[in-house]
Amino acid sequence: MSNILTVLIFFPLVAGLFGFLVNQKSIRVYGIAVATAEFLLSLWLWMAFDPASPGMQFVEKLPLIPEFGISYYLGVDGISLFIVIMSTLMTLIGIVALSIKENVKNMIITLLFLEVAMVGVFVSLDVILFYIFWEFSLVPMLYIIGAWGGPKKLYAAIKFFIYTFAGSLVMLVGILYFAFLYHAQSGSWSFALTDWYALLLPFDVQTWLFWAFFLGFAIKVPMFPFHTWLPYAHGQAPTVGSVILAAVLLKMGTYGFVRFSLPLFPDAAVAYIVPVAIIAIIMIIYTAMVAYAQKDIKQVIAYSSISHMGVIILGTFAMNVEGIAGSVFLMLSHGIVSGALFLLVGVIYDRKHTKMMDQFGGLAYSMPTYATIFGIMTMASVGLPLTIGFVGEYLSLAGFFKVSPVMTIVAGTSIILGAVYMLSILKKTFFGPITHEENKHLSDLDSKEMWALVPLVAIVVWLGVYPKPVLGPIDNSTKALVQLMHEKAQTDVAKKIILVSKNSAKEAK
Amino acid sequence: MAPITVDFASLNLMTLAPMLVTLVGALVILIIDLIKSDLDKTLYATLTILTLFIALGATLSLNINERGLFDTILIDGVSVLGQSIIIIASMLFIPLALTKRKFHEFSYPEFFSLFLFMVFGFQFMASSDNLILIFVGLETASLALYTLIAMHNTKLAHEAAIKYFTMGAMASGFFAMGAAAIYGLTGSVEMATMAKIFQERLNDAGIIIPLIGGALLMVVAIGFKVSLIPFHMWTPDTYEGASAPMAGYMSIVPKIAMMVVAMRLFGIYLELDIEIVRDVIIALAVITTTLANMMALVQEDVKRMLAYSSISHAGFVLIAIALDTTKGYSSLFLYYGLFLFTNLGAFTVLWVSRHKYNVHHERFHHPYSKFAGMIHRSPIAAIIMAIFMLSLAGVPPFSLFWGKLYVLSAVVDSGWYVVAIIMALNSAIAVYYYLKLIVYMFLKSEELSGGKVVYANRALSLEIVIGIAAFVTVTSIFYIDPLLSFITNLVGASGY
Repeated sequence: MSNILTVLIFFPLVAGLFGFLVNQKSIRVYGIAVATAEFLLSLWLWMAFDPASPGMQFVEKLPLIPEFGISYYLGVDGISLFIVIMSTLMTLIGIVALSIKENVKNMIITLLFLEVAMVGVFVSLDVILFYIFWEFSLVPMLYIIGAWGGPKKLYAAIKFFIYTFAGSLVMLVGILYFAFLYHAQSGSWSFALTDWYALLLPFDVQTWLFWAFFLGFAIKVPMFPFHTWLPYAHGQAPTVGSVILAAVLLKMGTYGFVRFSLPLFPDAAVAYIVPVAIIAIIMIIYTAMVAYAQKDIKQVIAYSSISHMGVIILGTFAMNVEGIAGSVFLMLSHGIVSGALFLLVGVIYDRKHTKMMDQFGGLAYSMPTYATIFGIMTMASVGLPLTIGFVGEYLSLAGFFKVSPVMTIVAGTSIILGAVYMLSILKKTFFGPITHEENKHLSDLDSKEMWALVPLVAIVVWLGVYPKPVLGPIDNSTKALVQLMHEKAQTDVAKKIILVSKNSAKEAK
Repeated sequence: MAPITVDFASLNLMTLAPMLVTLVGALVILIIDLIKSDLDKTLYATLTILTLFIALGATLSLNINERGLFDTILIDGVSVLGQSIIIIASMLFIPLALTKRKFHEFSYPEFFSLFLFMVFGFQFMASSDNLILIFVGLETASLALYTLIAMHNTKLAHEAAIKYFTMGAMASGFFAMGAAAIYGLTGSVEMATMAKIFQERLNDAGIIIPLIGGALLMVVAIGFKVSLIPFHMWTPDTYEGASAPMAGYMSIVPKIAMMVVAMRLFGIYLELDIEIVRDVIIALAVITTTLANMMALVQEDVKRMLAYSSISHAGFVLIAIALDTTKGYSSLFLYYGLFLFTNLGAFTVLWVSRHKYNVHHERFHHPYSKFAGMIHRSPIAAIIMAIFMLSLAGVPPFSLFWGKLYVLSAVVDSGWYVVAIIMALNSAIAVYYYLKLIVYMFLKSEELSGGKVVYANRALSLEIVIGIAAFVTVTSIFYIDPLLSFITNLVGASGY
């Protein structure tokens, strides 16, 4: 099936449209069936994927607007493959764990449309096509936050939309400028990423374009100081909204850095490692401290997301195979762990309609299974060895160590700070005596929640112990990417910093 | 004194075919009314559409780059595109007369006749390069339009018509003065001759001041008609007073006709590298887009919001004129071609929801609160309106995204990066007020709207227009390529 990517993108769209015909009472099963089918399709993609080949696979290319060089151009490599699988998995889990009672049908259809945009972003190789999916993903998320959110949902939804929209418009101007430069050099219009990779740009042009793209991606990640929309969006969004937002939507930004910023502007990216790394370190330390100060469990996890995204950025800008492969792996692990943590917060919110830590305490007595899973996810979030969180965080930091040992050591405090705020949740919520009488009779996880969470626990342990099946293809494609950057780099500094393969990520394991 | 001889061949009546069709249609409607007076509006409406259909056919079959009517008519690609957009918008407007509620103006056959006269005037504006003929066309169209607005026959409609009339008269005055200044310098009202003489005399001492003065007078005249800030004061009130379809129509047709005139006229100045004209146009475009967006943010009425939004769109497109490149001019027509459907569709949704009298608000027909919770009552209408709003905001994959993309690309190609970023960020401001309507329709509780029906004016013909507009808005990705090459070919063929 050579057009599997098209099927992967448009199956949820068609299913979403047919969803309007399904009765409200049966819609949940319909949603689970569709999301399962989509997830199985993405697994099939993995099975059919050739792990030894670093390049784009399952490539499809059709001219869409030949007059302006826009084409329907898809492909997947080791970097995007697993993010696609994670997107379909987290959508499935989100639908399985769906706990909202009203307008379930609208929610499921919206989630399916969102899945279209998410898969589309990660497999598009035409920049305009990428931009279409990138922008379109805002609309379903706006609806999810705005329709099912908390008391300040409208403010949160609109802030989320406008913030990210503004950033991506600046990026759009950058895209158009790049296309203009391409046209000036080659004489024809093209928005195909593989064509763009071949273009060499002078340094000052790279600088402008780098920052234009940076703004678009940085707001999405979100990087300090553009992060203020995220706590609102997470605080107000329903559980499933937070899960998708943290697991997948934020990864669009970091994926954008890996796929666009680094290979298109290698010299500029190398030249601005220090400012970007400083922003990343501020993100890591400052938001970790903010997270510790929160009283609301969900806000802690929201800020911890920003903190972890800082590590991803740091790994990406290490400009070597370990760092980038590690940051891609960390995108996956953060998606799974933070998604699971948001689901877990949703579980107690459904039972008690509060997320405040001081309302809990001693939950390990009344909800032992829940407490166990929360504990495992906490450890994964902190980056305990043998959990999924360790692999990516270690590789990212190890990669950046080659660039700047000092900054890496400062950033390494993220592990300690992460342990501080995450363990303080554990302590305040699960241990100690039960301070509130009503918490004695909280019911433990039901079957729906078990079905959603146990697979995530299994993945956390499996990829923590044996990450090779995933890390192998990522490593291959990352090597090819770094190789490309190394060849393209014009300045001496960039040639020196971009390390192709002294010791690759796999060997480092 | 030698007798004036008229060579019939120099009339080249074929170039006038589309205008003549419209004119004959208008006269036929008048005559039918004279003979038999108790005929229904449906007859006149269909006759009007058929007339326009033939006129569209005649427009598309015109030979490019021909002159006619003693060389005053210039049929080039731009005029074909301009006329096509005018006629297509008019064809979409007429079905909106056939509503469920009876409105005053449509019961008169004269309405349809006047309407065709107006289209006739706009067609002349789009296809002449003679300042006098453009002026005649402008006045014919404007006088008809003032009357059409007033025929809505509410207090606000009268106010709207009079405001538009006084402002329009002033604009005409500026136009006449500008034309006189240019005539004084060149001794010609033909743009081709003007361009030649400008070129020859460009280095004469002291010529540059009157040259630019003439251009600035024209900028003011065009600014009034296209409603650029600071010449926009009449626009929101006029749109508010006019019926919703008329407001939607005014946001497209008079503007595209005037844009074509602006292209032709300022094209001469830009060819000669008189940079101050370019700077003035860019400044007006940036100011118009930005300020109109700010003003749209605070509106309480959806129609007024759309009025300001259409000002801002006009400013956005105006930038394309300042570029003076084939791509820029093509992007202008692409933008208006797409804007036509989306914007008229949005105004039609308002028209469907129109009650005969104000029932929602003491002043406004379409306050935001009226649309609260619309998703629960008429989900399809709410979804379509949301699509129109997202398209206006420039969210892909809806049609106006491509228009925005192409305009911005043209701006970037010409090296105006800062302007491109300002224009792009304006879309982020604009998205707020478009989202506001979506928020009301989808996310607010139904009680806010007072439980009144919102589709009081629903009728099949309106639904068809909305359907067409929605179809064009959603499926844009499939026809952008042929449309773009069609437009680029025509624009390129006219030497722009």
